[in-house]
Amino acid sequence: MSVAITSPEFKQNATEALADPQLQAALAKAGPGFVGKRRDAIAKLPEFDALRDSVRDIKNHTLAHLDLYLERFEEKVREAGGQVHFAVDAAEAREIITGICQRLDARTVTKSKSMVSEEIGINDHLAAAGITPVETDLGEYIIQIRGESPSHIIAPAIHLNKDQVEADFRRVHTDLPADRDLVEPTALLAEARGELRQRFLAADVGLTGANVLVAETGAAVIVTNEGNADLTQTLPKAHIVLASIEKLVPTLEDAHQLLRVLARSASGQDMSVYTTFACGPRRALDPDGPGEFHVVLLDNGRSAMLGGTLKEMLRCIRCGACMNHCPVYQSVGGHAYGWVYPGPMGSVLTPAMIGIDKGANLPNASTFCGRCEEVCPVRIPLPKLLRHWRQQEFERHLTPAPQRYGLKLWAFLARNGWLYRPATRLAMRALSLFGRDKGRFASMPLAGGWTATRDFPAPEGDTFQAQWRARKAAGTTSRSPAP
Amino acid sequence: MTSTPSSRDTVLASVRRALGVTSREAPRRQEVEARLASHPAGVIPARAQLPPAERLELFKAMALGAASSLDHLASAAEVPGAIAAYLSTRDLPLKLLRGADPRLAALPWSSAPQIDVWIGPSDGRQPVGLSHAFAGIAESGTLVLFSGADNPTTLNFLPDHHLVVLEAKDVVADYETAWARVRAQFPDGQLPRAINMITGPSRSADIEQTLLLGAHGPRSLHVLLVGAPS
Amino acid sequence: MTASSASDAASSRPPRVGLFVTCLVDTIRPSVGFAAVKLLEDAGCDVDVPRQTCCGQPAFNSGDRVTTRALAEKTIAAFESFDYVVAPSGSCAGMIKTHYPELFVGEPDWSGRVERFCAKVFELTSFLVDVLGVTRVEARYDGTVTYHDSCSGLRELQVKAQPRQLLASVEGLALTELADSDTCCGFGGTFCVKYPMVSDAIVGKKADNILASGADTLLAGDLGCLMNMAGKLQRQGRDVAVRHVAEVLAGMGDGPAIGAPAPAKKG
Repeated sequence: MSVAITSPEFKQNATEALADPQLQAALAKAGPGFVGKRRDAIAKLPEFDALRDSVRDIKNHTLAHLDLYLERFEEKVREAGGQVHFAVDAAEAREIITGICQRLDARTVTKSKSMVSEEIGINDHLAAAGITPVETDLGEYIIQIRGESPSHIIAPAIHLNKDQVEADFRRVHTDLPADRDLVEPTALLAEARGELRQRFLAADVGLTGANVLVAETGAAVIVTNEGNADLTQTLPKAHIVLASIEKLVPTLEDAHQLLRVLARSASGQDMSVYTTFACGPRRALDPDGPGEFHVVLLDNGRSAMLGGTLKEMLRCIRCGACMNHCPVYQSVGGHAYGWVYPGPMGSVLTPAMIGIDKGANLPNASTFCGRCEEVCPVRIPLPKLLRHWRQQEFERHLTPAPQRYGLKLWAFLARNGWLYRPATRLAMRALSLFGRDKGRFASMPLAGGWTATRDFPAPEGDTFQAQWRARKAAGTTSRSPAP
Repeated sequence: MTSTPSSRDTVLASVRRALGVTSREAPRRQEVEARLASHPAGVIPARAQLPPAERLELFKAMALGAASSLDHLASAAEVPGAIAAYLSTRDLPLKLLRGADPRLAALPWSSAPQIDVWIGPSDGRQPVGLSHAFAGIAESGTLVLFSGADNPTTLNFLPDHHLVVLEAKDVVADYETAWARVRAQFPDGQLPRAINMITGPSRSADIEQTLLLGAHGPRSLHVLLVGAPS
Repeated sequence: MTASSASDAASSRPPRVGLFVTCLVDTIRPSVGFAAVKLLEDAGCDVDVPRQTCCGQPAFNSGDRVTTRALAEKTIAAFESFDYVVAPSGSCAGMIKTHYPELFVGEPDWSGRVERFCAKVFELTSFLVDVLGVTRVEARYDGTVTYHDSCSGLRELQVKAQPRQLLASVEGLALTELADSDTCCGFGGTFCVKYPMVSDAIVGKKADNILASGADTLLAGDLGCLMNMAGKLQRQGRDVAVRHVAEVLAGMGDGPAIGAPAPAKKG
């Protein structure tokens, strides 16, 4: 809902998340499912890796010509009777959307899931203008009635369990019989369907995101499994598409290269249930559809990213595979990251949007295991981009002091081998002496974080290099057993 | 309300600055024009590159795999009877709403006089909608539908049961073949307001990642596949 | 794969291999270094250990490019006279092989030299199998072992089949696969110091999977990951021996496991 930033408190957020048994149970249940479904879907498509290369190349081509494709897209939307609005930043996008709603005297706005709408914090802004935003994706609806924000970019309520949803529905749907049976998940789904059906039919404006924008035809491609984006865009007086500028691809064929990797990477489906190419407002003789069609194209810092290392991030198609495969995300969930976009993709994007001073925790909270890059359908080198942020942090002297001094001391030793070797030798011999009986330490100065939950092995004794030189000097073979 | 010219110019100028270009380099423009004109197909999976009969079997298997149901009928004349059977086996009222599409109008409705057929868009009160598909895509069991004067989009999403007539000759291998047909159908490039690709009934996995059918759209998607492949 | 000069040299004399022992093996567990030497010598290599410190990975991953670059230059200077450079670590070998070139981009004086250098850098088990064509080792280890695929070796250097192939030839050893063997153990270098609580949660899941495998021994190719997993298992009081894969392959798996007490000194 709101875009309050708690990324600077990542450690605290993570500690709380790890201590939350309900969250941990939800993560343990959902995580492996995503991984398995993706793996199965890909196993059935031998061309998957070739498609990844194809989409990477399409995106790179589009980004290199983005100004021209934006112009073409705008022209085609206008030809189809729609309007394109460029928004430099979040505030301008909010103004444009609120302005359209006010002009149409809108009282309610239905919304289908859109991370860009979270990025600009549109819901609070609409509410402040007396316009009620209604999230219609089931997961988004659940978190909206809880006053929360999404914890995952494709599964916003992944942090919740069925019992929590039941409690929320009983709290909010007070017009329904108190003794109704909501034990089965299907009952919850049916109840949400009934509640939201009325909202769909009553809405004045429908606000959707877009998974892809097609320059060739001016189409906004919107993908859902629930069908909520279609009801959102078809029923009201106006359909507003809110999309960021990097969503463009040149042609309809290009869109399908992307769609082939999107659903498989996201949910393990070959194709999402509903893929809609929205090409403008209701035509003269159409019996239904929105009378107005608006596309709000948001920059919000993206054009600046085009010129540097981070440009590869603009290929991102928001599938969520990186977070589904991230050991850190799977341990702490999405809210710990403290802003809109969680997981590896969020850890690259967030510092670009809120500043590295506020977002510095995120690129550091990675083991660099590389699994995100391995599964990314558009081959974004996420660890490299996270490392880019660590470099920015280091060079701007934002690294926390203890780490900075530790690194300095270590670097000094490592760069001066004549000192490094005797220093490590001395230290290891001492540690070995202390730790010899048990073979490990249960607590160690300067390693409290480690030894709070893990033992630390005692060194064997002299360093390898010292032993090796001693042996060489003595003329003993390297194979002789350790003394 | 339109965006102020300055925001448009600001964004485009910022893009150009980052790319180190002006808007006037001829080779860039030519490359963009060439790509839009040639719209290369890219990588097309081998999965659906099959002879017509096998392609049709793949479509059926993929549609069923996506939780659609399906009747394969020898001719369009059998459609009203199949619909009547569908409605009665599910204890549904013998009533449906369809668009004015001439292909649907031409069906021998008199052969199933018990069905009450209404024409128009849905307002959410009709349990059964009937549409005619433009194409089917074998690769994923997907239906392609157009909005238009005779094809209300609301029929695809509001009724609990969505019934779709698809002619076997319109089942193509892949999306790219479908787009080629779309381009042929709309040579001026003006597409229908909405092109809906539908792969099975509505679903959600937002509660504990458990997949449940019937979220906001139809709880059932039934394909009435007609005839033999061309 | 191998530079032509190296293969020419190999035909006339044993390949000269510089052992990049890695900071952790050097300081914490030198026996892994000796195991690596034995494996390389058994495979016909002439092994030496030039004076060395660190490949620079901690600095690289902390964003300190200046230190990284300085350490890279030192490492290259120390090792470039060898036919091959081999490390008992996918993490350090991966740092050199896949990331050193990034440090010298746009420097014609360096880039060719760095490229030639990186081409001869290998992780130990993949060097034995892929370069030397070793298919079996002479070793015995009585136990059921499971193998954790350390991330850098797996994803930067494609080390997966090689250690398993060699382990299959160890007499008395049975390999049982670990669920999610290719998922990170949570070590992550400086990560485990900066975010110990998250690191601990990740290694906790790893420990559960290790126990569920039923193995009595856990092996991997990177000492950092091994120390992390051993430390967790020991804190939990588990009876699983943790060793570097080189120790077992070299027939040196009878010494104390990682974190186990050293034997009482004789006499």
